[in-house]
Amino acid sequence: MLSREQVQYIAALSRINLQEEEIVLLQKTLTDILTYIEKLKKLDVANVKPTSHVLPLENVFRDDAVKPSLAQSEVMNLSVSHSRGAFKVPQVIE
Amino acid sequence: MNLFAQSAHELLDQIRSRAISPEDIDDSVRGRIAAVDGRIKAYVRLRDREKNSASLQGNGSFKVPIAIKDNICVKGEETTCSSKILQGFKPPYSATVISKLQEKGAIVIGQTNMDEFAFGSSTENSAFGPSRNPWNTDCVPGGSSGGSAAAVAAHEAIWALGSDTGGSIRQPASFCGIVGLKPTYGRVSRYGLIAFASSLDQIGPLTKDVTDCALLLNLIAGHDEMDSTSANVAVPDYTQFLTNDVKGLKIGIPKEYFIEGLDAPVRQAVNEAVEEFKKAGATVKEVSLPHTEYAVATYYIVATAEASSNLARFDGIQYGLREQPKTVRKTPIIDLYEETRDRGFGWEAKRRIMLGTYSLSSGYYDAYYLRGQKVRTLIKQDFDEAFQEFDTVLTPTSPTTAFRIGEKAADPLSMYLSDIYTISANLAGIPAISIPCGFSRERLPIGLQLLAKPFAEDMLLRLAFAYEQRTPWHKESVPL
Amino acid sequence: MNDAQELETVIGLEVHLQLNTESKIFCGCANRFGQEPNSLTCPVCLGLPGSLPVLNQKALLYAIRIAVALNAQVQPFVKFDRKNYYYPDLPKGYQISQYDLPIAFAGFIMISSEGKPKRIGIKRAHLEEDAGKLIHDASANCSLVDYNRTGTPLMEIVSEPDIRSPQEAYDYLTTLKLTLQYLHVSDCDMEKGSLRCDANISVRKKADSTLGKKTEIKNLNSFKAVKNALEFEADRHRTQLLSGDRIIQETRLWNDEKQSTVPMRSKEEAHDYRYFPEPDLVPLTLSEEAIEEIRRVMPELPAAKWERFRQQYSLSEYDAKILIQQPSIADFFEACTHLSKEIKKICNWIIGPVAAELNARKVGIEVLNLTPIHLVDLIKEVETGAISHLAGKDVLKMMLDTGKAPATIIEEEGLAQVSNSDELEKIVSAVFNENSKVVAQIKEGKETAMGFLVGQAMKQAQGKANPKMLAEIIKRRITDA
Repeated sequence: MLSREQVQYIAALSRINLQEEEIVLLQKTLTDILTYIEKLKKLDVANVKPTSHVLPLENVFRDDAVKPSLAQSEVMNLSVSHSRGAFKVPQVIE
Repeated sequence: MNLFAQSAHELLDQIRSRAISPEDIDDSVRGRIAAVDGRIKAYVRLRDREKNSASLQGNGSFKVPIAIKDNICVKGEETTCSSKILQGFKPPYSATVISKLQEKGAIVIGQTNMDEFAFGSSTENSAFGPSRNPWNTDCVPGGSSGGSAAAVAAHEAIWALGSDTGGSIRQPASFCGIVGLKPTYGRVSRYGLIAFASSLDQIGPLTKDVTDCALLLNLIAGHDEMDSTSANVAVPDYTQFLTNDVKGLKIGIPKEYFIEGLDAPVRQAVNEAVEEFKKAGATVKEVSLPHTEYAVATYYIVATAEASSNLARFDGIQYGLREQPKTVRKTPIIDLYEETRDRGFGWEAKRRIMLGTYSLSSGYYDAYYLRGQKVRTLIKQDFDEAFQEFDTVLTPTSPTTAFRIGEKAADPLSMYLSDIYTISANLAGIPAISIPCGFSRERLPIGLQLLAKPFAEDMLLRLAFAYEQRTPWHKESVPL
Repeated sequence: MNDAQELETVIGLEVHLQLNTESKIFCGCANRFGQEPNSLTCPVCLGLPGSLPVLNQKALLYAIRIAVALNAQVQPFVKFDRKNYYYPDLPKGYQISQYDLPIAFAGFIMISSEGKPKRIGIKRAHLEEDAGKLIHDASANCSLVDYNRTGTPLMEIVSEPDIRSPQEAYDYLTTLKLTLQYLHVSDCDMEKGSLRCDANISVRKKADSTLGKKTEIKNLNSFKAVKNALEFEADRHRTQLLSGDRIIQETRLWNDEKQSTVPMRSKEEAHDYRYFPEPDLVPLTLSEEAIEEIRRVMPELPAAKWERFRQQYSLSEYDAKILIQQPSIADFFEACTHLSKEIKKICNWIIGPVAAELNARKVGIEVLNLTPIHLVDLIKEVETGAISHLAGKDVLKMMLDTGKAPATIIEEEGLAQVSNSDELEKIVSAVFNENSKVVAQIKEGKETAMGFLVGQAMKQAQGKANPKMLAEIIKRRITDA
């Protein structure tokens, strides 16, 4: 069973502010799923290479050529909050 | 016959002979949407005819309405993955598949409902509420491309695009009684497809018949320099393989797929389909895919890990939803992230992000993610071996027909297991097609899945077409 | 407690280098500094949903060049990984970087430490994308995000903890920067942020085999700041250790005004970056031949150039060292040597008057109006006596201001010396006539008065007489008479 602290740690890493009942429910459902996933431990994979890409593609590049960017106004149109051509966010403290 | 009820190739023939105009079809389909979408809820957004004027007035020869899953970017149109977190997001660019389709005159008529970020198999996990199965509106249309499948089945679109990460095209195609193809990984550009699991996602067609499937694949397939994972493999004209000849082709039946949990009507329909292939001259033999039982577990590790990272960008900084709590909990910026993501993501999205984050986190990577990637290799090898001997592997698409809305909502694991037959194709990167092969006693469609080696979409279409020519299923119409 | 003398400072440096490709690492946006905020962005570098990265081949080439210059092993199988963390300047919520297979590893550079050569190991160097820029607006209680910098190709170069003093750190950075400048892969400009440095420092007893608790120092805006910050931290560590206090492992910010470090205010969270292979980029395989080809066309590096300059041009160690300090100056010098055999004079002019002008004008030689042929001509004018050495320096200034040829300036400004012997003979005759007494005195042996005659003649020539010729004529006439 995943502990409450584990769920809270993962939630913090995931940047999700979970409600109390969500923590309890996630403890259970995540544990169920992880228990199901345990079945992979039956397999001996010591000498198996991991697959990150199913296609045998390699060395895909683009040339170092400049293409037009979006207009600043177009980018600001996307934004939730902006000021002087920049995205505005709460003050970030360093 | 109403224009909306016809296939794309039938309509295109009539446009070419000038019997009808693209506007006639557009009118017919829009009328149909107005009449039935209140019951089906296939669409989350419709797109005005004026916005398609470039397509309508251009030289393209495929001027029929197409429905687009809400995770494929259409320039200037809100594109949200049916999630609250992307509300208001209007991409300043179109996905490569959209550009390709529009060049050929396609009419993007609307965007279809889906499980939020494609997380689900029922289209119930949508911020817009569930879509319904046109064959029985108490049932789910499948998912996650449920809106696209329902739209095509209910004749609210002539054809549609979906995306398939673990069966999200094939399973709803099966539940809705239409044709759905997941192409080989790399066959269709992913540029502009809002990623769920980057190494598994593919865009593919949902159509009324196999001919339309071949035509639509022709339009969207091909190398894209904007997608590093798209393959530089020549695209044939897929319609040339619709020959109605399967003599001598070898079909493998994987014994691991015909197990407990497979509904009897589905088993029976698939067995009858096998007999049909035999009659057509194909040879059928049992094959073993020994690592099948590990596919779902592997998938839920790999897919959720990638998803947890892919969905990190939805943080309220640039676009979409932004929520800021009134009082400071941690720091203003962290509060913004946590509040936005708490309010913006639905329950299943949170669960999958959490699962993926866990399997990548310090101390668990080797036991989960790395092991998952290794088992993925074994699953791929199973297929490599099978395709040494067989031209295709034939399975049910789903162990059941469409289930009732709400039936599996409380049990995520049972929902995950409904993808048991479709997931392996994504893990192995191979193409797979679902075609209708019958109905249950409740008049719910049953789907048959064919799988082939990478880039053998031609083989799938050839087999599927031959089967379709011998069976009446694709001609059945929904009771709407 | 041990004496402070027995403590040892251990330093490792992380350098981030922006590569000066035309376009960004994963998209076609221009890689340029100082533009309007968010005017050099596109769906890819903004991390908009659905966008995908494609690797700029030039960035890879530059990375391999750096690997070779750092005497490093080049990874034959290169892949990218995602480093997952949240920060407003990181639009995707992850940085595309390299984790377990950095493009370069196990390298080193040689520095000169207190006159002796010392090897500083390079642990690894990897390719990644730069983040955007946060502008803090305390008055408005907000921060502004500009994504122009996002996706600038970045090479992170991590040294081994082989550095033993702040001065060594300074020397390492100077040597590293010079090496990188020779590769023409970066502007290496700390002010513009194209070269950035973070430092790790710990102090331990010399006999200890393990490292002490380290602090990481950020916000270092110059090599001088690196040195000062490390000196401050080394002292702080020593004082704490000697007084029995424990060092807290933390990140500290250098305050250049106060010349001190302070702990970072943001709460340090456990770093759990959840690295995994980037599924949107395919792996790269670098064949031995491909790397060899890059090695073959590598520009000459500073150490080699220094050696060669001394051999080929018989320059002193010092002269050669000065010439190689800037690749553009070294190139300029070599271009001059193709035009004239007066190697020593060329060298002296470059490291003397030319360098003085560069310093005064705070520019590099490449942006000045100076061509090798003009400098060589100028040197000729001085050497033949057409103008004086002093006038030569003035001519140089005017050449830099106007870009004109030295001969043109000499003519326009009337700076030419009178080197016409007939004319000089006339002047001398006149001076001799006017000063017959002095001439007589010289003949009687008062040779010191010779200078007076030269002075008078120069006065008559309005200062433009060739002094050497003038002296010769006067000497001959006295002897002959």
